[in-house]
Amino acid sequence: MKKWFEPLANAWAGVATHKLRSFLTILGIVIGVAAVITLMSVGRGAQAEILSNIESMGSDLVTIRSGGSVGFGGVRGAAGSVQTLTMEDAEAIAEQVPYISSVAPSYSSNLQLVVGGENMNASVTGVTPEYMPVNNLEIASGTFLSEYDYQRSMKVVVLGSNVKETLFEGTDPIGQQMRMGGIIVRVIGVLESKEAMMGSPDDAIFIPLTALQQAVAQPRTAQGERIVSSISLTVSDEEQADYVVEEITSLLRTRHRLGPNVDDDFNIISMEEIAETVSEVIGTMTLLLGAIAAISLLVGGIGVMNIMLVSVLERTREIGIRKALGARERDIWGQFLIEAIFLTFAGGIIGVIVGWAVSYLVSSMGLMTTVVTADIVILAVSVSVGIGLFFGFYPAWNASRLNPIEALRAE
Amino acid sequence: MIQLQDITKVYPMGKRELEVLRGISLTIEKGELVAIMGPSGSGKSTLLNLIGCLDKPTSGSYYLEGREVSHLSSGELAQIRGQKVGFVFQTFNLLPRLSALANVELGLRYSGRTDSNRAMEALVGVGLSDRANHRPTELSGGEQQRVAIARALVKNPPLILADEPTGNLDSHSGEEIISILTSLHAEQGITLLMVTHDANIAHHCQRIVHLKDGQVVAKEKV
Repeated sequence: MKKWFEPLANAWAGVATHKLRSFLTILGIVIGVAAVITLMSVGRGAQAEILSNIESMGSDLVTIRSGGSVGFGGVRGAAGSVQTLTMEDAEAIAEQVPYISSVAPSYSSNLQLVVGGENMNASVTGVTPEYMPVNNLEIASGTFLSEYDYQRSMKVVVLGSNVKETLFEGTDPIGQQMRMGGIIVRVIGVLESKEAMMGSPDDAIFIPLTALQQAVAQPRTAQGERIVSSISLTVSDEEQADYVVEEITSLLRTRHRLGPNVDDDFNIISMEEIAETVSEVIGTMTLLLGAIAAISLLVGGIGVMNIMLVSVLERTREIGIRKALGARERDIWGQFLIEAIFLTFAGGIIGVIVGWAVSYLVSSMGLMTTVVTADIVILAVSVSVGIGLFFGFYPAWNASRLNPIEALRAE
Repeated sequence: MIQLQDITKVYPMGKRELEVLRGISLTIEKGELVAIMGPSGSGKSTLLNLIGCLDKPTSGSYYLEGREVSHLSSGELAQIRGQKVGFVFQTFNLLPRLSALANVELGLRYSGRTDSNRAMEALVGVGLSDRANHRPTELSGGEQQRVAIARALVKNPPLILADEPTGNLDSHSGEEIISILTSLHAEQGITLLMVTHDANIAHHCQRIVHLKDGQVVAKEKV
């Protein structure tokens, strides 16, 4: 106990003798650590926010669209310019690919809507009842399309929140009728607004796929299969998302009779994959921010080294006395190293508190979401201790090498 | 106890060399009280530093308690200082930010002993128990030197080396210090070497060694 306590008490005594100087010395470390904590917490906050956004769309969601691969890999042929997916593809996927909980094909078409004096063009999406759970949609009022509606081709629709605002400003749309293309439909539900990244359902109108066929002729392929615009599905085990994507790819390639050198005529986007990519990118950004902030830690470390050199010079006589009393080189070395680490550790702890407070302020003022995680704190504190070790090493070594006789003569 | 054979010490001074000690041979028995006298620059302090293992001789051999120590590493010398040698300096050399008691405890710190009561006992021994928590700046010169003696004694070393212990004190305090040192020698049988200018003080000792220009010019029994 005393063995550990004594060097620490010693270090404290050394630091406390020059309170202002010690404070100014660790200020660099405090600012550096606080900057690292704040910037990293902003980065982590952004990551968490975007991931929760993706999560809200369903991280188990896999979407298949017609056309060559688009998205992150660069544009290769506009998606959907040639419609290749069919109802039969969807059925085959549901039957043959494992780890899939449900499959929801949909067909979208632009139709003119008329309600009283209002009219607008909107994308009308014919769907099956599975569409809502698969796409993680929520009903704000009324109900979603039921199996019954689907089987009986009922002319009922569910509105996205933006569509509802445009057509039925403020009034309750449930039960209202409207003209859609050539048919009259009745509104049975309104969706909860959703801040989605792609193809927001807020601007969509959903109708049973069977009913849509009465307003618009659903085109067929050369083989007579009914074309759909996209197939969305949920994976029962997110761990298996990659495997599912592979399986679907090979199944669709076979079904579409694509030769080995032909590109896919569809593209598959797995939310799991997007989430991974996004969090990887943001993770890199966060590290970069942290690294920039860490430069100030480095500068702080040089300040610590400077002060430790001064301190060794000032205490030359003390070192001589200790050596005369029998202190070995490693005793002196340890004493000054512990003092340097003590300084930077204290700076690290204060920096964590300041950084935490700043990121709390940032998020409580609503500027940005911030997340302070344990690993950032541990990293920042251990880096500051490491800085003490690194920058304290040379001054401590200098001290330990002093000649005791000369040191005793020093003023 | 101490056996020096033909010890020399040469300091490089730029391009020239400064011969401080030129062939000193000296034997000191266990329990002796010896004064070393000589003019400034005669090598008294250098000799004391060598005997105290603060420095190594350039040539010659030095046996301390039968062990040849002139070729030991700095770490081994430090260990010997910590266990066998107590220093008393002219300028006291207390740490100003520590209390008297903490200064004495510092003497135990590097000796391998951990009995913390000894520090207080040593202070009682020099009659300063009521000043234990005072800092050096709050003590008189004589009191500071008594703290320094307690610090030297606390680890119970067989050898005490005092380099002009009364040089910075008035004559009254000086006599007090000398009486403490001589009674320590008388009661505990400690071997005591004292460098001094003062012939009166030297005559409290059993033997006086006179140095001049780095050589022993006379050994005198009192």
